[in-house]
Amino acid sequence: MAEQFEPKIAVLCCNWCTYAGADLAGTSRMKYAPNVRLIRTMCSGRIDPSFVMTALKDGADGVLIAGCHPADCHYINGNHKTMRRFPVLHTMLAQFGIERDRVRLEWISASEGDRFVEVANEMTETVRKLGPLDWKSRTAAGNVA
Amino acid sequence: MKNDDPRIGVFVCHCGTNIAGIVNVDSVAAAARTMPFVVHAEEYKFMCSDPGQALVRDAILKHRLNRVIVAACSPRMHEPTFRKATALAGLNPYLFEMANIREHCSWVHTDKVAATEKAIDLVKSAVAKARYLEPLESRYVNVEPKVLIVGGGVAGIQAALDIANGGTKVVLVERQQSIGGRMAQLDKTFPTLDCSACILTPKMVQAAQHPNIELMTYSEIEEVKGYVGNFTVRIRRKATFIDPKVCTACGVCIDKCPWKATSSFEEGLSKRKAVYRLFPQAVPGIPVVDKDACKYFENGKCKACEKFCEPHAFRWDDQDKIVEEKVGAIIVATGYDLIDPKLPSQYGYGKLKNVITGIEFERINNATGPTAGKIVTKEGKEPESVAILHCIGSRDRNHCEYCSRVCCMYALKFAHLIKEKTKATVYNFYIDMRCFGKGYEEFYHRLLEEGVKFIRGKAAYVTDQALTDAEQGKLIISAEATTLGKTLRVPVDMVILANAMTPQKDAADVARKFGIGRSPDGFFLEKHPKLEPVSTATDGVYLAGTCQGPKDIPDTVAQGAAAASVAMSLIQRGTVEVEAATAGVIDDLCSGCKICQDVCPYSAIGYEVDKRIAEINASLCKGCGTCAATCPSSAIVAKHFNDQQILAQIHALYAQEG
Amino acid sequence: MSGKKPQLALYWAASCGGCDVATLDVNEKILDVAAAFDIRLWPIAMDFKYKDIELWADNEIDVCLFNGAVRNSEQLHLAKLLRRKSKVMVAFGACASFGGIPGLANLHDRKTIFEAVYGYTVSTHNPDKVYPAPKLKVSEGELTLPDFFDDVFALHQVIPVEYFVPGCPPTPETIMTAVGAIIEGKLPPAGSTIGINRALCDECKRTKSDKPKIERFYRPQEILTDPDKCLLEQGLTCQGSATRGGCGALCPSVNMPCRGCYGPMPSSSDAGADALSAMASIVDASDEKTADEKMARLVDPLGTFYRFTLPVSLLVRSPKQPQS
Repeated sequence: MAEQFEPKIAVLCCNWCTYAGADLAGTSRMKYAPNVRLIRTMCSGRIDPSFVMTALKDGADGVLIAGCHPADCHYINGNHKTMRRFPVLHTMLAQFGIERDRVRLEWISASEGDRFVEVANEMTETVRKLGPLDWKSRTAAGNVA
Repeated sequence: MKNDDPRIGVFVCHCGTNIAGIVNVDSVAAAARTMPFVVHAEEYKFMCSDPGQALVRDAILKHRLNRVIVAACSPRMHEPTFRKATALAGLNPYLFEMANIREHCSWVHTDKVAATEKAIDLVKSAVAKARYLEPLESRYVNVEPKVLIVGGGVAGIQAALDIANGGTKVVLVERQQSIGGRMAQLDKTFPTLDCSACILTPKMVQAAQHPNIELMTYSEIEEVKGYVGNFTVRIRRKATFIDPKVCTACGVCIDKCPWKATSSFEEGLSKRKAVYRLFPQAVPGIPVVDKDACKYFENGKCKACEKFCEPHAFRWDDQDKIVEEKVGAIIVATGYDLIDPKLPSQYGYGKLKNVITGIEFERINNATGPTAGKIVTKEGKEPESVAILHCIGSRDRNHCEYCSRVCCMYALKFAHLIKEKTKATVYNFYIDMRCFGKGYEEFYHRLLEEGVKFIRGKAAYVTDQALTDAEQGKLIISAEATTLGKTLRVPVDMVILANAMTPQKDAADVARKFGIGRSPDGFFLEKHPKLEPVSTATDGVYLAGTCQGPKDIPDTVAQGAAAASVAMSLIQRGTVEVEAATAGVIDDLCSGCKICQDVCPYSAIGYEVDKRIAEINASLCKGCGTCAATCPSSAIVAKHFNDQQILAQIHALYAQEG
Repeated sequence: MSGKKPQLALYWAASCGGCDVATLDVNEKILDVAAAFDIRLWPIAMDFKYKDIELWADNEIDVCLFNGAVRNSEQLHLAKLLRRKSKVMVAFGACASFGGIPGLANLHDRKTIFEAVYGYTVSTHNPDKVYPAPKLKVSEGELTLPDFFDDVFALHQVIPVEYFVPGCPPTPETIMTAVGAIIEGKLPPAGSTIGINRALCDECKRTKSDKPKIERFYRPQEILTDPDKCLLEQGLTCQGSATRGGCGALCPSVNMPCRGCYGPMPSSSDAGADALSAMASIVDASDEKTADEKMARLVDPLGTFYRFTLPVSLLVRSPKQPQS
């Protein structure tokens, strides 16, 4: 059997909702694809678009941005900024030639361990189908010494 | 300490077999030893145990570690534990970082190879961040020994009295002319049937006379600035046109005033004068002049009131005044409103005159109310039959999804009072009877024995279109009696709607002023639904009563007392620790574009006019880091989660080797 | 270097010529420049031959002001040659510093660009599909053309560069600051950008609200702006807050939003990400639907946010078309 492609998924998420949701998935012993790695910030509002771009450039095949539901931010409305940045970041990454399905925004609360599992698995499968991003070789300089 | 020479120690926890059963902890420790700046790595059965923590302390001293990583459970679990252990060895606790290889790894994966690989990655990410960690100082600020209470209902009064009795100063602000709130409107209280005013007014008087309570009625909060322990509040004291120092509250002016306006206290069922007290037992007793109703303000004539005022208390040039108070804690007890009974339009409120609301019935039944306590229809006749419709707007996805919690009980109370005063047949149309409090179920049983008719089924609509002779001239309730499995039409003379409790109309505005969140139902959001029921997202701002959600009087009073105790605990402590991992501005890079000022949820960012740059008030900052991600000049640093640290984590996880 | 004037070379690569015009725009101060330097090379003003340059000794030139991006073999050759001949290499203008407007070509590759320019554009008539080729044999012999690259490069991406002078073009003030620093020998550490380290907003005279908000985005032709109020708050994608200052906020002073030609701030990891994050964060939207709708009005975010900096952005370019 040919070895299947294991995508690398970066999860940039807030401490209070999604990180805690992933903790809940753990304490509930739910199982999901081992392809995701969480990078914790205090609020999804801390997630600078350049973090997403750096992860993709470095070698991540997909990035999940996740935070508290829009009406439910630990910091009142930090996540509103994430919500506003995402559509234009998404469009811009598509202009860069990055498939839309590689980057996703999800609201996952501390009580939604099951949702975290679902999203982690979906994301892994979707990106697996897209194949490696391998940004560096896709964009490597061509005909210059 | 300089960042140049990090010496990182990595400690990998087995957590018994919780981690070691899936993750090869030896491999993780071995991999850690090869990571940049790691000078020591070991694994141990239970890192959080005393010997485990001792391991950290000893290794810090022995290997001169200046960064510590524990790869174990979630930092949300044990980060405080290991920060303490790190600090015990003399290291700044913020030089500690945790890798979550249990909740995010061993517990959620079954493939041992993949799990071990992931655990190594998570340690790699923590090591990469640790290299750039910086020591942070815990900071303390003094607490202003005074509490602001917003809202003079029973929750606010209770909190004010508890705090004042404890020896701390209180400013109690109430929007209306008198304190007392909703409870003052009620006639009797369930299930004990004691007179609401009789138990409330003594408390109102106590609050007014208490040397530690400064009462500011007819006043509203304009602006709240500052942070836990040090709030500055601007309060608008609305013009009353009567000098409270001179007025003796004799009430002659009220008698003599020829102008009238609708009484909100009487729910629009009767009129009050243009110079008025909210209700006869109002506290304070000094009336106010309603500028909109008083003819003097319209045509410059009248002043009938003043002619009879012996002490000459009228001040026609009175104006709104803004006063400033410094307080250490704030209790928000702004109460509730009721859903517009016309919104569930099928019950005919506003069109069918004998369809009234519960709170209107409270006034009708009250001896000081519009009918002097007589239960009569709009035609002035005693009703032969009355229907009480439960859950009007409550438990209804079209309006309020939640249960208003008090309606079942006051419906029982109404039924009893109607039975007591009239010969009417009383029907209750209900979904479930929710009688959960002390003595509540017993009260329900008592009512069952009193001959009240209970029909299990929510009323579908109320109409005056008679189909039979018996229905002529009546209001007809249509409902499905679910216990009988058939649809009923019940003709009655009076319908009482138990309409839903809702947030106050200006709840969004108030929430914004005080920096508190709101739950999806619109009520103010407590910090934790179970364990922190009176705290809010803003430290030093607490909730009491129905502004947080529907509740009855005992629960409201209990929450008032609870809010008082947390506020007191803050005042007693005298100082308060504020977030160390805040944001900071690099002055030289800031262009003063002010974009950060808009994104800060806590208004912690100001503008330094002289330097024309942003300035962060570290005491207000909660460290969310939104400003750092927003700043277009990269001039804001989110401490403990700065760009360098997060990018190092990303590089460690995803950049290819070499 | 007593007695002898410093030797100056100016060169243009993938450039519109604006940088050279801007150099002349310093007006009578050009005489100071001419007096202070011995101008050895300036293609726009003086004739020269490549072999003249080759004959110079290594490091014979004290300062070389190189404008324009590098996108073909000739430009690369000259960049390398001038590097060898010059003690100090200055990337002059937005194109040399960040790739500039030509850098937007990194959304495509040579093939797609040729197909458009020599193929299907309306004004092109090329039924034989003749595309530029580096070598062409004709009866008289072999003709050569520089080889056109897939990528547009900023100067420092192909040779080491000591200083950067940003701007499209650099303003006369910026140029004189740079020239002055060179004349006086008061040069900052190598790698520095000559300019100020604060964003453009610092220099902009327009008034800003304490809590700026964007109600909706407009393109410049869609709105008559208030001349005194911050353009960003009026819904124009003014990038002043994310752009290095030094130009004196020229564009905003004439009702044009800043387009970012002075490049990213010194501590920025990506100019486009900075501008995007700041602008989106203050859009007045409290639910996802409104956010999506309002952000959709910001057309062509990539072109907006990387107008001058695509070749030095984090993602550098769009993937090349697969070769057929």
